[in-house]
Amino acid sequence: MTVPRFWREQPQRYRLLGAECNNCGGIYFPPRTVCPECRRESIGKMVQRQLSGRGTVLAHTVVHQPADGFELQVPYVMAIVELEEGCRVMAQVVDVVPGSVGTGLPVEMTFRRIREDGRNGVIYYGYKFRPMRHTTLDKRVANSIASPKPSSTPPRSPAGSRPRRS
Amino acid sequence: MKGGQSRVGIVSYGAYVPRLRIKAEEIARVWGHDAHMGDALNIQQKSVPSPDEDVATMSVEAARIAVERAGIAARRIGAIFVGSESHPYAVKPTGTIVAEALGAGPFVQMADFEFACKAGTAAVQACMGLAVSKLVDLGLAIGADTSQGAPGDALEYSASAGAAAIVVGREPSEFCAEINYTTSYTTDTPDFWRREGQKYPSHGERFTGTPAFFKHVAAAGERVFSEMGTTPEDYDYAVFHQPNGKFPKMVGKKLGFRDEQVALGLLAPRIGNTYSAAVLLGLANVLDAAKPGDRIFVAGYGSGAGSDAFDLTVSPGIAKIRGRGVPTVEDFVRSDEFLDDATYAKYRGKIQVPSGGAT
Ligand SMILES: [Zn+2]
Repeated sequence: MTVPRFWREQPQRYRLLGAECNNCGGIYFPPRTVCPECRRESIGKMVQRQLSGRGTVLAHTVVHQPADGFELQVPYVMAIVELEEGCRVMAQVVDVVPGSVGTGLPVEMTFRRIREDGRNGVIYYGYKFRPMRHTTLDKRVANSIASPKPSSTPPRSPAGSRPRRS
Repeated sequence: MKGGQSRVGIVSYGAYVPRLRIKAEEIARVWGHDAHMGDALNIQQKSVPSPDEDVATMSVEAARIAVERAGIAARRIGAIFVGSESHPYAVKPTGTIVAEALGAGPFVQMADFEFACKAGTAAVQACMGLAVSKLVDLGLAIGADTSQGAPGDALEYSASAGAAAIVVGREPSEFCAEINYTTSYTTDTPDFWRREGQKYPSHGERFTGTPAFFKHVAAAGERVFSEMGTTPEDYDYAVFHQPNGKFPKMVGKKLGFRDEQVALGLLAPRIGNTYSAAVLLGLANVLDAAKPGDRIFVAGYGSGAGSDAFDLTVSPGIAKIRGRGVPTVEDFVRSDEFLDDATYAKYRGKIQVPSGGAT
């Protein structure tokens, strides 16, 4: 990853800025300039969409052989998180004992160091996820049990819910 | 604000403390110190940042909470000052990262502040001036640190990590606490320093304590009393910089405060010395519990040396920003995730690893 490319992607990496198609309502992360469903009809109708950063773990794995720069963090958890808006992101889950992560765990975005270009290079920051905080956890878990989302696919966002690599 | 018609106050606040802790007895065990070192400092445990946390990440977390607590539109923020002695870059402002993460700017005044442990309160004062003079709508002041002592140094028991964010504005209906007055007492005192490029700080033993912390905090505090015509009894709470769990009570006593006034703002026994964040985290903990009309005395301290003191009155607006599902200071202070010393050393970069070491 080059510094200029990372810089261009800062709004999405720093604060989960996605895109919404005003033609069909599909929500996308990472943001897209053209809706994959509406294609030509979405041109000029794609707008920025700030995602809430809240979601649930859909699938996860515990990593013991770290990627470069993650040596200090093993074992760590990588997960596919389904956001409230229906789109899915792959990200690390932190502040958690690896064995306690399971499907359905409510999580929220946190801002962390992702890696650095050596001791003299630039530091890359971005989103990771952590378990939803205590204060809000009870209320939000209660809500999700009381009114479960219709499915992993929100009604107006069929395409946005496809797993996507971040 | 004393001396003029303009009013200025805290519109919102946010706190962040990493979840990991290390106990004082674990540090003592490894260095072969007396197991009661922690008791002598009144520090039972301290917070430790994860390898992927630094002043920028903690500042963002605290600032997001402040913005969420009062439902502030990021574009209203016209100034961002991050005070720290452990900025991740020597050259590249931490505030730029905070602004981008909040979606604030690009029309925003910015600089990183440095004044040992009082850079955060200095940032609050700068925001007050800009807000009162209408140069900005809201100012965001942050105090954050991930400080370190040399291995085996007494600072190892206290130097910890945390961040606090304070949003300052001039619209009284938005205040959660009005700032009635602020003053600073500053001298050239070599009690503690770190030279450029050095990883760990040095301290001038002879100056720590009496001619430094106690003299400066007391002088700033006495000036607040004389300018405002108050006595310690007029305040419901007193919050001090807390390099350990003992100094705040001692300086409080020297100024005439009772331990009960100091207790709520004293977090060092449970999280250590969060440096630039310490006094603001103490204030945030008081704001989490205070009632409208409560009066708060605040005095920060930074080595080198100076003390910034404040006189605040809690506003009716405090009720509007409570109970919105935003984490309180206690939500962060309460943690039972303890590290052993080897993991601590690894996390804090005290052991050489090929790459990816913490700063
Ligand atoms: Zn579409």
